[in-house]
Amino acid sequence: MSILVFAEHDNSELKADTLKTVAAAQAMGGEIHLLVAGHNCQAIAEAASKVNGVSKVLVADNAAYEHQLAENVSLLVTELAADYTHIIATALTTGKNFMPRVAALLDVTQISDIIAVESSDTFVRPIYAGNAIATVQSLDNKKVITVRSTGFDAVATDGNAEIVAVDQVTDAGISSYVSEKLSVSERPELGAASVIVSGGRGMQNGENFKLLDGIADKLGAAIGASRAAVDAGFVANDMQVGQTGKIVAPDLYIAVGISGAIQHLAGMKDSKVIVAINKDAEAPIFQVADYGLVADLFDALPELESKL
Amino acid sequence: MKVLVPIKRVIDYNVKVRVKADNSNVDLANVKMAINPFCEIAVEEAVRLKEAGIATEVIAVSIGSKSCQEQLRTALALGADRAIQIETDESLDSINVAKLLQKIVEEEQPQLVILGKQSIDSDNNQTGQMLAALTGMAQGTFASAISIDGDKVNVTREVDSGLQTIALNLPAIVTTDLRLNEPRYASLPNIMKAKRKPLVVKPAADFGIDLTARTNLIKVTPPAERKAGIIVKSIDELVEKLKNEAKVIS
Ligand SMILES: Cc1cc2nc3c(=O)[nH]c(=O)nc-3n(C[C@H](O)[C@H](O)[C@H](O)COP(=O)(O)OP(=O)(O)OC[C@H]3O[C@@H](n4cnc5c(N)ncnc54)[C@H](O)[C@@H]3O)c2cc1C
Ligand SMILES: Cc1cc2nc3c(=O)[nH]c(=O)nc-3n(C[C@H](O)[C@H](O)[C@H](O)COP(=O)(O)OP(=O)(O)OC[C@H]3O[C@@H](n4cnc5c(N)ncnc54)[C@H](O)[C@@H]3O)c2cc1C
Repeated sequence: MSILVFAEHDNSELKADTLKTVAAAQAMGGEIHLLVAGHNCQAIAEAASKVNGVSKVLVADNAAYEHQLAENVSLLVTELAADYTHIIATALTTGKNFMPRVAALLDVTQISDIIAVESSDTFVRPIYAGNAIATVQSLDNKKVITVRSTGFDAVATDGNAEIVAVDQVTDAGISSYVSEKLSVSERPELGAASVIVSGGRGMQNGENFKLLDGIADKLGAAIGASRAAVDAGFVANDMQVGQTGKIVAPDLYIAVGISGAIQHLAGMKDSKVIVAINKDAEAPIFQVADYGLVADLFDALPELESKL
Repeated sequence: MKVLVPIKRVIDYNVKVRVKADNSNVDLANVKMAINPFCEIAVEEAVRLKEAGIATEVIAVSIGSKSCQEQLRTALALGADRAIQIETDESLDSINVAKLLQKIVEEEQPQLVILGKQSIDSDNNQTGQMLAALTGMAQGTFASAISIDGDKVNVTREVDSGLQTIALNLPAIVTTDLRLNEPRYASLPNIMKAKRKPLVVKPAADFGIDLTARTNLIKVTPPAERKAGIIVKSIDELVEKLKNEAKVIS
C-alpha cells in the first residue's frame, strides 16, 4: 500500500489541516507521500518535509498550478496516481474541487468527508447533515478520499522526508484564473481556531458584529456566522459555519443570536464546549449547548467582554 | 444556448432524518421529499439565463425512480422547458450518476450544465466535478455569480479564503452555492402549465453503462448524543463555569 496525500496550502503557508489528513492516511496504513502542487512553493515543500509519517515530498512547482485550478491539478494527480493505492486530500474547497475529477478520470467513485478509518477500504462519514453516520466500504481498486480534518488529531512536525521535484506539467488550457477577493483578518482561521464566537441573524447588521470583536480579542478567537447572517450581507461568505459552509470543532464555540437549525448544528456540534446566548428560551441551539444563557445579546455581549 | 440542469430528489431540508432500528440505512418511509435546495438554485439560474435572452432552452434531468418526476415537474413549474427522467430504482454511486449524465450531455450538447454543489442527503459534493472530468469540460464549482462572456463563462466561487473568479471555456460545468440566487416560488398557473410540458422517461439500463455499485454500505448509526447542558443565570456564572468547570478559558 502507498498513499498520496495532497498538501493543502496557499503558496505561502502549509495549512495545519494537512497534518490531520496525514493522520487519517496513517490510520489506513502504508507508505505516505505528500504532494505539494503550486507555484514558488519551495517553502511549503520544506514545511511538508517535516511532517511526521511522510517518507517523500513530491513538489510540482509551476505556474500551471499557482491557483490550483481543478482542470490542471486533477491531471497531475491522475498521472501520479499510477504509483499509489490511495489518493487523499483534505475536504476543504481545493480538495472538494479537484478530487472528484481525479476519481472520475480513474473511473472510481470518491468517498467524501470521512471522519474515521475502519480499515484500508472502509471509512466512516456523516450523511444527512450529520444526523446519521454511515460506514462505507469502497469496492474500487484505487481509493479516492477526502478527509474532514475535525475527525483526526494532527501528527507532529519533527520529521525529515526527502524532497523530490515532479517535472511533468499538465495544463488543460480550458480554464484560467481571473481575480480573487480574499478576506483579510488578524484573527486565526476558523478551521485552526481553538475558540470561535459566531453571530447569527440576531446580530441585526454587520456593524453589530463589532460586539463580538472585543470578546474574540480576549479569547484569541475566530469569528464565524450562520447562513442567515451571511445571506443578509452582515459578514463575508467564508465565515459561514454549517453543513454547506465550514465544519469546525473548537474547544469552545459561542453561538450568539443563532437559532440552531440542523444545517448550522452540522457544522459545529462536535465542538468540545458549546455556549449559546439567545433571547428565546425555546431556541433549538440550547439542546446542544453545554451552557445556555437566555438573554438579549445587546446586554450580554458588553458584559461578557468586560468580565473576561 | 442550451442549458442542462441535473436535479435530485432528496429529503426536505426541514426534516430531521432518523436511522432505522436495524442500522441498515436511514428511514425515509413517509418522509417529506423535495428538490435538493442547491438544484433549485441551479434551475433558477438557468431560467434567469433564458429570461435574459442568453439561454434558448432549459432541460431538467433526474436519475431515480418514478417518484422523482414530482421534482422534475417542480423544475418545469419554475421555468424549465422539458424534462428527462432516467429511470432506476437503485441508489447509484456518484460516478455512475455522472456517467449517465455524460450520455445526456452527448445527446443534448448543452453549452452549460448547472448542478447543485452538493445534495443535502449524501453530502458528497462530487457529481458535477465528475461529470466535468468525463466530458473534458472546465468546471466552476461553488458558484455565487456567473456571467457569460462570448465563448467563455466567468464564475465567481465561494472558497475557504473568500471569493475567487475564474474564466472557463464553453461548454462548461457550474455547480451552485447558496448565494448564487434566491429561487422564485412557482405560481399556480405555472404549476398547471408544467403538467403539460414534455417529460420523457429513459430506462437507465438502455444506456449500456456498467452501473455496478462501487461502494458497500455496511451500516448507518445515529450520531453520538451530546450530554444535556445547563442554563446559567448570569454572565458571572457563565464565566465561572467556563473557567472552573469546562476549563476552556483562563
Ligand atoms: C440547503 C441549505 C443549506 C444550509 N446551510 C447552512 C449552513 O451551512 N450554515 C447555517 O448556519 N445555515 C445553513 N442553512 C440555513 C439554516 O436552515 C437556517 O436558516 C440558518 O442557520 C438560520 O440562521 P440564524 O440562526 O442566524 O437565524 P434565525 O433562525 O433567524 O435565528 C436567529 C436567532 O436569534 C435570536 N435573537 C434575535 N434577536 C436576539 C437578541 N437581541 N438577543 C439574543 N438573541 C436574539 C432569535 O431568538 C433566533 O433564535 C442552510 C439551509 C439550506 C436550505
Ligand atoms: C448511506 C449512504 C452512503 C453513501 N456513500 C457514498 C459514497 O461514499 N460515495 C458515493 O459515490 N456514493 C455514495 N452513496 C450514493 C449516493 O447517495 C448518491 O446516490 C450518489 O452518490 C449520487 O450523488 P450525490 O447525491 O452524492 O451527489 P452530489 O455530488 O452531492 O450532488 C451534486 C449534484 O449532482 C446532481 N445529482 C446528484 N444525483 C443526481 C441524480 N440522481 N439525478 C440528477 N442529478 C443528480 C445534482 O445536481 C446535485 O445537486 C451513498 C449512499 C448512501 C445511502
